[in-house]
Amino acid sequence: MAGKALEGVRVLEYASFVSGPYCSKLLADLGAEVIKIEKPEAGDEARKRGPFPGDIPHPEKSGLFLYLNTNKLGITLNPEISTGKKIFLELVKWADILIEDKPPGGMEELGFAYESLKEINPRLITTSITPFGEFGPYRDYKGYHLNVVHASGSGYLLPTSTNLEREPLKAGGHFDDCSCGLSAAIATLGALYWRGATGSGQHIDCSKQDMIMDLDKVMLTIYPNMGAVSSRVPISSVMGMSNLPCTDGYIMFAYMMKSHLMGLFDAMGNPEYLEKFRDDDYRDEHIQEFQQYVAEWAKDGTREELYNEAQKRGVPTGIVRSTEEVLNWEQPKAREFFVEVNHPEAGRLECPTAAYRLSETPVAIEHPAPLLGEHNEEVYCERLGYTRQDLVKMKAAGVI
Amino acid sequence: MNSALEGIRIADFSQFWAGPYAVTLLTYMGAEAIKIESTKRHDGTRDISMTTGRRYAGLESSLPFAEICANRLNVALDITKPKGAELAKRIVQVSDIVVQNFTPGTMDRLGLGYEDLKEIKPDIIYLSSSAVGTTGPERNYRGFAPLFCNQSGASHITGYADGEPVTMGGKIDILSAMTSAFAILAALNHRQKTGEGQHIDVSSTESISALIGDVFMDYTMNARSQTRKGNRDNIMAPHNCYRCKGEDKWISIAISNDDEWRAFVDAIGNPEWAKDGRLSDAYSRKANEEELDRLISGWTINHTHYEAMEILQKAGVAAMPSFSSVELLSDPHFKARERAVELEHPVIGKITMLTPPWKLSETPARVSSPASLLGQHNSYVFGELLGMSQEEIKALAEEQVIY
Repeated sequence: MAGKALEGVRVLEYASFVSGPYCSKLLADLGAEVIKIEKPEAGDEARKRGPFPGDIPHPEKSGLFLYLNTNKLGITLNPEISTGKKIFLELVKWADILIEDKPPGGMEELGFAYESLKEINPRLITTSITPFGEFGPYRDYKGYHLNVVHASGSGYLLPTSTNLEREPLKAGGHFDDCSCGLSAAIATLGALYWRGATGSGQHIDCSKQDMIMDLDKVMLTIYPNMGAVSSRVPISSVMGMSNLPCTDGYIMFAYMMKSHLMGLFDAMGNPEYLEKFRDDDYRDEHIQEFQQYVAEWAKDGTREELYNEAQKRGVPTGIVRSTEEVLNWEQPKAREFFVEVNHPEAGRLECPTAAYRLSETPVAIEHPAPLLGEHNEEVYCERLGYTRQDLVKMKAAGVI
Repeated sequence: MNSALEGIRIADFSQFWAGPYAVTLLTYMGAEAIKIESTKRHDGTRDISMTTGRRYAGLESSLPFAEICANRLNVALDITKPKGAELAKRIVQVSDIVVQNFTPGTMDRLGLGYEDLKEIKPDIIYLSSSAVGTTGPERNYRGFAPLFCNQSGASHITGYADGEPVTMGGKIDILSAMTSAFAILAALNHRQKTGEGQHIDVSSTESISALIGDVFMDYTMNARSQTRKGNRDNIMAPHNCYRCKGEDKWISIAISNDDEWRAFVDAIGNPEWAKDGRLSDAYSRKANEEELDRLISGWTINHTHYEAMEILQKAGVAAMPSFSSVELLSDPHFKARERAVELEHPVIGKITMLTPPWKLSETPARVSSPASLLGQHNSYVFGELLGMSQEEIKALAEEQVIY
């Protein structure tokens, strides 16, 4: 059976850059029909951002855009002018789910408050993704990815260094912006299930700050619960685990449990000097010393060798892999985690797919990200009944 | 009040964080979950936490366990005994979803693999979460959150430009759990329409790689492996954290265009240095970023992070403190959004927990209790739900099956 989990689910995306588009990409890759609205001419913000092949900017070749918008239909529309508004509302009537990322109040200004959209489509689910949510004193504050990450306490908790002279950091890339898209997608599918059971839609207020906080929920509550404050403390100082240099990079072993520790001792050849560390209390008290021994042993090995020797003995182990090394690693290759996508402008590209293999409804990248306005005709003419001449006029008027 | 997943029941065989928090996310939306552990093989988070770096005495004093495994019932059942596995099957028969994250193959050996359970409950949705997936040459390899981070490619691009890779911990497991919860919900929506269940195989490592897709695109486009660049952005400058007045206080400032730059310069009182041609447009600001960061720090150091936030936000500039957890929990916005709740745990006492991260208008997400004690709901689950007699339960307890 090659059905799709979200076949027949209609999603309207009125969002740009990372979080909103990633949220609807997750749905599109599972078979939802996603119509993505982009600004006429300018398009999605991500089109302006790299990576680009050869570092030459081109709106159809942004690696960020191409990753975040697979399997979607792309149209251009300006809902800020009256004809555009009318079309937007027709699309709202068509949709099951609307994913939008306008600043709080922005949809109301355009006449698209949830309350009025609900009148024309009572079954509609609207997922609104904003930096700080739709109520609260920071509601109207501006926040880019960097700002919401730091406002969520995440910078203070990223285990960078014990040297507090240096600034707190965010994770690399668009990491937490994607996390927000994923979080919003969970709430959206919960609402979709409820709609399937009851026929009712609803509105979901997704604050990026709230969603990023949830990732560190235990660390954030350590102070009220344990009286401790933790700031940028690396894992090594608490469990004796750290990235150990070896001949060709870094490796980390985990030895939280007795069986792991025994495996590690065995991989190290069970030397005499390790005997005393078999005792938990002794080891906890002399964790740095123990770690020194492990580091000493690891430094002359290669990562692959150490990884396999330890893993074979049941020791959880992980290599610090670069992008290239992840792409060339046998394990995700064997699982076809990366697939080739052929894009008309950017060519053949290897894209990550999804971490889940659903036995009956697999994820498939069947269409690359849309060109700007690629599906205008399909959507406007075939679905909404406009003529080609209408399209020409709408284009001249800046509607599409 | 309505719940989105009302009537859905989860048999939760998972442990540590990556499995259990997937279940918790679904319970926020109203699913009922039964955690299945045993005195012999209990969830490791009851003993030890990488996140807090602590070992816990007894089985009921672990704070991370209380938070991660919130909102669910608990039974003590030794599934390694045939009678225990039989009872587990009876729980599955009255459930919609199974979640497990043992090393691949473990549940199959106990007769509780997907194929076994599909026979007794054809529409079951069965999620297996593991370090690198249940297929492929390394399917038996193990991992924990920091190792998923390392292997995913995320550690390599996180950290100071002149420093070593930074490995993230607990949040990596939470993200893997979110990935699982999302996949389960997709399968649940599919089942709602078709009546069909399925198996879901989640690789925790891949769940992290998926969050840095653009970085992989850079490699496929340019054969370039990106490295670390601190807080910096490829285009925007300023884009960093700047030291403020006080001890270890910082503010993040990000400026994306010339309008925001002019607003920023106005807001900080038009200092001489801002008139320097080298800072007049986005391109030159990016080119002179070191110098720019130094000059901005000269302004921020004279303000508290809250002052700087207010001055800059009033001018329409994106600036937010890098909050410590202590500051965040007493911040007015955090409070206005009711992000924390105090709940009572029978052993630990009062626990402050974060509330669910989304506000759903018709089916509010809720956290109502911290983790249950081991075996706390034995009599409800075995007695009321499965209809076993008290004698039967007692006998199985003596045999250390319900144990």
